[in-house]
Amino acid sequence: MAIVVVVLARSRNLFAVVVLMGIYSFLMATVLVALDAVDVAMTEASVGAGVSTVLLLGALHLCKSEEAKPLRKPWLPLAVSASAVGMLVFGTLGLPAISDPTAPIHTHVVPRYLTDAMRETGVPNVVTAVLASYRGYDTLGETTVVFTAGVGVIALLRRRRNTNQETAK
Amino acid sequence: MSIGTHFSYAVTVLLMVAGLFIVIARSNLIKKLVGLGIFQTSVYLLYIAPGKLIGGTAPILDDRFTIYSNPLPHVLILTAIVVGVATLALGLALVVRIREAYGTIEEDDILARDADDRRDDGQSG
Amino acid sequence: MRRDIVLRVIAKLLIPFILLFALYVQFHGDFGPGGGFQAGVIIAAAIIFYALIYGVEAARKAMPDWLVEIMLAGGVLIYAGVGLVGLVLGGNYLDYFVLDHDPVHGQHRGIFWVEVGVAVTVSGVMLKIFYMFVSRGWDPE
Repeated sequence: MAIVVVVLARSRNLFAVVVLMGIYSFLMATVLVALDAVDVAMTEASVGAGVSTVLLLGALHLCKSEEAKPLRKPWLPLAVSASAVGMLVFGTLGLPAISDPTAPIHTHVVPRYLTDAMRETGVPNVVTAVLASYRGYDTLGETTVVFTAGVGVIALLRRRRNTNQETAK
Repeated sequence: MSIGTHFSYAVTVLLMVAGLFIVIARSNLIKKLVGLGIFQTSVYLLYIAPGKLIGGTAPILDDRFTIYSNPLPHVLILTAIVVGVATLALGLALVVRIREAYGTIEEDDILARDADDRRDDGQSG
Repeated sequence: MRRDIVLRVIAKLLIPFILLFALYVQFHGDFGPGGGFQAGVIIAAAIIFYALIYGVEAARKAMPDWLVEIMLAGGVLIYAGVGLVGLVLGGNYLDYFVLDHDPVHGQHRGIFWVEVGVAVTVSGVMLKIFYMFVSRGWDPE
């Protein structure tokens, strides 16, 4: 995945960038399956490698351009990125180690979800049970966000019909 | 507390900074959006990797398994993925409108055009 | 022309299976990975596939604009409606256990309708965005 990202950053043909993004999303979905996140992997594969690629290609077709050659060497962004790497790695060393069962993420409310989900909701897929039942409000908000995005795109990209009607008359 | 036990965080950090670099250093707007997408996927890794328990399985209850990986980050990231694509769609719609208004989607050209417009307004006003 | 025919035949064979798979993912979200979002995106992907092979006009005839717009808003309304039904029947907003005599069955019903609402909205939005992007590039300015 690192190779894909590096090639993506250096490539100037935007079509190649879009295809590489699709490949990257697919690789990410595979990694997510390895991490036991099957629902997330299915969503990432369908949304990232499917719909995202379609939308990017649609926008690319409307914009029709290639990336121009950068004017100057990106020293400042490279320095910022390197320092960000340093600070973030130093910060994450304090987080719990991989697969540590006593980490707080595993001990607060999740055991209750895992043990009670079958009894209270009758749904074996704990992710769906939490998403739709225990945390239903969040999913309502998310659906509203998707709806708002659709409305926003309609508002931005709607064609004005006035001129067509005037010439038709 | 060595890098060995925290190696998933290292991968996450590298991807995150790669996405950040693309957003800052490249001036093409569509490439910036792609970089933002890479940044977002690194955040998904950041949340899901600590949830995995080695020896556990996917959080679908079944009598054959006793250890499950943590389902809570999965729920949060599911929402995050969908919101991410919504943001991408809106961003792309904005890029299309910018292209129609300015004729270009390179950030440097757009800023130069804005500076010229401001200068002209200042001279004529 | 020959390549066109191969694509058309394969599309005709595959699209019903893709839609069927989307329905499977939707309704099997309780027992395996899946649920509303994935199903909605797969439905939208199937129709976009149809539009790519057969042309956007054919897709517009199959899924007209007004239907997609109704789906857009309707999904959110279904979701909110389930919450209101919970309110009317005596519980709090979005309580599922009041929806049926048996609280676990109530949960099943609530989760089912909520996922349907989510899938309808997600597929409507993805499809509408695709239609918008395509129609923007056609009419000369």
